[in-house]
Amino acid sequence: MALLEVSNLHTSYGAIKALRGITFQVERGQVVSLIGANGAGKSTTLNSISGLLKPSSGKVLFNGRDITGWRADRVTGLGLVQVPEGRLVIANMSVEENLWMGAYPRKDRAGIQADLNDIFARFPRLAERRTQKAGSLSGGEQQMLAVGRALMVQPTLLMLDEPSMGLAPLLVNEIFHIIAEIKDRGIPILLVEQNARKALQIADYGYVIERGTIAYEGPAEQLQQNPKIISAYLG
Amino acid sequence: MNITQQVVNAIWLGGVYSLFALGYALVFSILGVLNLAHSAVFMWGAFIGLVMVTQFSFSVWLAIPVAMLGAGLIGVLLDAVAFAPLRRRNAPRIAQLISSIGAAILLVNIAQLIFGTQPERFPLGSIPTDTIEGLPFRITPIQIIILLVSVALMALLQYMVIRTRAGQAMRAVAFNQRVASLLGVNVSGIFRMTFFLAGALAGAAGVLYGLAYNSMTPFMGDQVALKGLTVIVLGGMGNIQGAVVGGFVVAALEVFSIANGGSNYRDAFVFTLLFLILLFRPQGLVGQKEHTRA
Ligand SMILES: Nc1ncnc2c1ncn2[C@@H]1O[C@H](COP(=O)(O)OP(=O)(O)OP(=O)(O)O)[C@@H](O)[C@H]1O
Ligand SMILES: [Mg+2]
Repeated sequence: MALLEVSNLHTSYGAIKALRGITFQVERGQVVSLIGANGAGKSTTLNSISGLLKPSSGKVLFNGRDITGWRADRVTGLGLVQVPEGRLVIANMSVEENLWMGAYPRKDRAGIQADLNDIFARFPRLAERRTQKAGSLSGGEQQMLAVGRALMVQPTLLMLDEPSMGLAPLLVNEIFHIIAEIKDRGIPILLVEQNARKALQIADYGYVIERGTIAYEGPAEQLQQNPKIISAYLG
Repeated sequence: MNITQQVVNAIWLGGVYSLFALGYALVFSILGVLNLAHSAVFMWGAFIGLVMVTQFSFSVWLAIPVAMLGAGLIGVLLDAVAFAPLRRRNAPRIAQLISSIGAAILLVNIAQLIFGTQPERFPLGSIPTDTIEGLPFRITPIQIIILLVSVALMALLQYMVIRTRAGQAMRAVAFNQRVASLLGVNVSGIFRMTFFLAGALAGAAGVLYGLAYNSMTPFMGDQVALKGLTVIVLGGMGNIQGAVVGGFVVAALEVFSIANGGSNYRDAFVFTLLFLILLFRPQGLVGQKEHTRA
């Protein structure tokens, strides 16, 4: 049984059908990338899993448990953690307060403190800005904070929505480096990206969304060889 | 009346105003909506306290927490009836504002049915009213109680919001509900908690105000409703420290206008202040525009 099994998911915004039967899986220990053009339905897919949106039909199984339509806070409580598009750190809280906020579902103070130190060790830029308000960080720093905050939950599965969006090339590389590191720690990742090349390089398996359905899928190396995908997404 | 006396009066009255206005500020900071039924909850707090003293012979010390609990629960009920259904339908904020006006009218009408419209009083002897001797100004034990209780509650609230897990969750919800829910915060639960806290603070303020003036009617909320609004406009709407500071400023203005022969115009002074702030400093005196980088 896969860690995350999404089957035939439909989600609408009023009359607009954004998802028309999305089916895919994430296996334990894997990085799975969802790629697709603007407006294809990538964010809608993540939001329908995390509980920000209620799917109109279909099923989401996490660890074998049916979590379709669950409230977002309960989904996070299970360790299925989404870093939303646009980072969204809490601007008027300090870097450290944001990280503590990430550990909100946890009760083990000592463990939280240990993880906090660990995050600061891995993200020295955040450590230097520990007491600074998150709203005053640069875009790249905010993205690191958003990822660090999600790690504070000790996620069973991490869902990242366009972590490289709007970042300078150097920072894009840094973010993908961080994603690789998280993968090495054994945390599975569902990665949504418009940077299809990098997303497929780092992934074990990939899916391509077009107009609310899965158009292609396969092991990441195979997708990278597929002429149609090369011309549409990697060209 | 000397200046020390006026300062003393402004301080204890300011405590009550701050306490009352904090409820407006709390709800506004989380929902971005003015709860115009807040003054009706204040009135209910005063009457619950009164009933505890007159019917159940509670001491004032015991009546205050009971009134806070009762008013807090009325706050939760208010959320469930007047706000939550509209939130679920994504109704515009103006609809929630109007809904809160309706709830205020209902709460006042129910109080009229139960308590009548004649002014009610705390029985003689239930509160110490003799002036404390040997001080250069007049102050009664009840005024000291008012100041102590309001300062203690404000300190408690500040501690809660800054230091506790629930307070962090409130701040996260105030910033962005979707983000808060992704962080594992039960947003509806935080709304309920906020309405409970706001109601409890209004309840405490109601009892203290009732004790100070010892004349309570179902319409007593009207006396503080617009002052409370002035306080939070002054303090910067959803700003907690701003509400505390604003409460003392408005009380000082009122006390000094009375002392200088303007007792008939005291409310006019307050509303002139409201008007001037809205005109020249709409973000409030202590408020500042949030500056964030994308
Ligand atoms: N709040 C909304 N209301 C109405 N329609 C929406 C809303 N959000 C998204 N849509 C529509 O749903 C479709 C899928 O949008 P979605 O945000 O999931 O795309 P995406 O793949 O994440 O795109 P991007 O790469 O630009 O982030 C689009 O046609 C979009 O216009
Ligand atoms: Mg998107």
